[in-house]
Amino acid sequence: MAAIEVKNLSKKYRDIVAIDNLNFHVDKGEVVGFLGPNGAGKTTTMKILTCYMPATSGEAKVAGHDCYENNLAVRRKIGYLPESCPLYTEMNVWEYLAFIASLHQLDYKEAKTRIKGIVYSCGLEDKIYSDIAELSKGYKQRVGLAQALINDPEILILDEPTTGLDPNQRIEIKNLIKNIGSKKTVLLSSHILPEVEATCNRVIIINKGKIVAEGSPEELESKAKNKVSLHIIAKGKETDIKSILEKVKGINAIEAKGLADKNEYAFEIFIDSDLDLRKIIMEMFGRSKSTDLLEIYKREITLEDVFTEVTKE
Amino acid sequence: MSSWLFFRTFFIDGQASMRTYFSIIPWIFLFIIPAITMRLWSEEKKLGTIEILMTLPVKDYDVVIGKFLGSLSFLIIMIALSFPIPILVLSLGNADLGVIVSSYLGTIFLGASYLAIGLYVSSFTKNQIISFIVAIALSFFLFILGEDIVTYFVPQTLVPVVQYLGLSKHFDSIIRGVLDTRDIIYYLSIIGLFLYLNVRSIAKWKAN
Repeated sequence: MAAIEVKNLSKKYRDIVAIDNLNFHVDKGEVVGFLGPNGAGKTTTMKILTCYMPATSGEAKVAGHDCYENNLAVRRKIGYLPESCPLYTEMNVWEYLAFIASLHQLDYKEAKTRIKGIVYSCGLEDKIYSDIAELSKGYKQRVGLAQALINDPEILILDEPTTGLDPNQRIEIKNLIKNIGSKKTVLLSSHILPEVEATCNRVIIINKGKIVAEGSPEELESKAKNKVSLHIIAKGKETDIKSILEKVKGINAIEAKGLADKNEYAFEIFIDSDLDLRKIIMEMFGRSKSTDLLEIYKREITLEDVFTEVTKE
Repeated sequence: MSSWLFFRTFFIDGQASMRTYFSIIPWIFLFIIPAITMRLWSEEKKLGTIEILMTLPVKDYDVVIGKFLGSLSFLIIMIALSFPIPILVLSLGNADLGVIVSSYLGTIFLGASYLAIGLYVSSFTKNQIISFIVAIALSFFLFILGEDIVTYFVPQTLVPVVQYLGLSKHFDSIIRGVLDTRDIIYYLSIIGLFLYLNVRSIAKWKAN
């Protein structure tokens, strides 16, 4: 059974279409990355899945229950960390988690053991009695995660859990999510693509309310049109360099990147991955007298390239 | 503050009654209650905590009623702090205990109505100050509706209607010691109406 199932889901804000006929599913135990440029409809979709707002049309099922008709059942089975991680800053960590637990109708004893376990797994032991207002952004984020985990949800929905954190905190949160992901279904949105690559089994990219790509990070990378690119910096006249490159067979596209330094020009050329043109290019520059090859390296296509390609327009 | 305003004239009047005390109450409530309610929704919206709150397994009306009852218990504690006054008044002369009890009840009903109005207003804005001022204005308007100064400008046939709709006439009769079910039904329906509107406005806010 799919943990999350979305069918023909649309949402309009007055005249603006936020999401347009979305169809996707997330299987039990998967960690799925939900990507897209700002304003693509990620947050809107998550708000519908968490029963915060109703959709204009279409169907969304979470943990087998309809998000609109049976929303209390859905709410019991999910944990949600909204964008920007809002918390009641005047409470301390313990009070806050106890408050959330009470709204989940956990009885006091159960809540106490649950909170203790979560505080430990989220690395909040030292901060239990600190006011949330005084915590650093990284710790606040952990409280947000702890809050989402308190009812031991089957499905976790995390909206940009790592934005605004420094690199160390990001790695910590990433590991935490990875840990959680081994036991639960996770749908997370993010802008930081290498992270998504590292944590997610599958990626869904949406743009302007529509799904533009879907698959595992590796699948998406192999589907990208120009699979490998060579980065070249050469000395000499720009037109000379270009004419040399144009003579090389097997190049899909040449992109001039402009002046790299005094008299040095950068180019990026796209080729199929089974072709290695580095040696040929070096030889051709060697024969030419007016130009010198200074740098050449192969760059594999990353998720980031896929992302820019599919969300262009 | 209310005690000071009360005791300024209490000993001069030489009457063992709390009538003057309860007639000041609506005016003090006019400022204190919007101050209690102004942040109840506005702050949630501003911080975004409303998103967590409204995705927990609770219904919208549970949250509205919870916020209302929470602020009401805070208000009741505030009112309870004035208990030394009736004790003093009762020990100084033979005041009518029944009137004092019914006045306290009226005060709670009036306060609860103001709370429901303030809570509703708070659901419209992220800004606490706007919420505070609009709540004062709306409560004041509803309070003054039954006063002579308003009814004077209203066509004769509508006077009873307007008087019935205003908060003040009902309060006046309760602090006189007349505990009429009509007044209580009136207050309960004002509270119910504004809490209902509140549920609606929150649902509307979430959908957009």
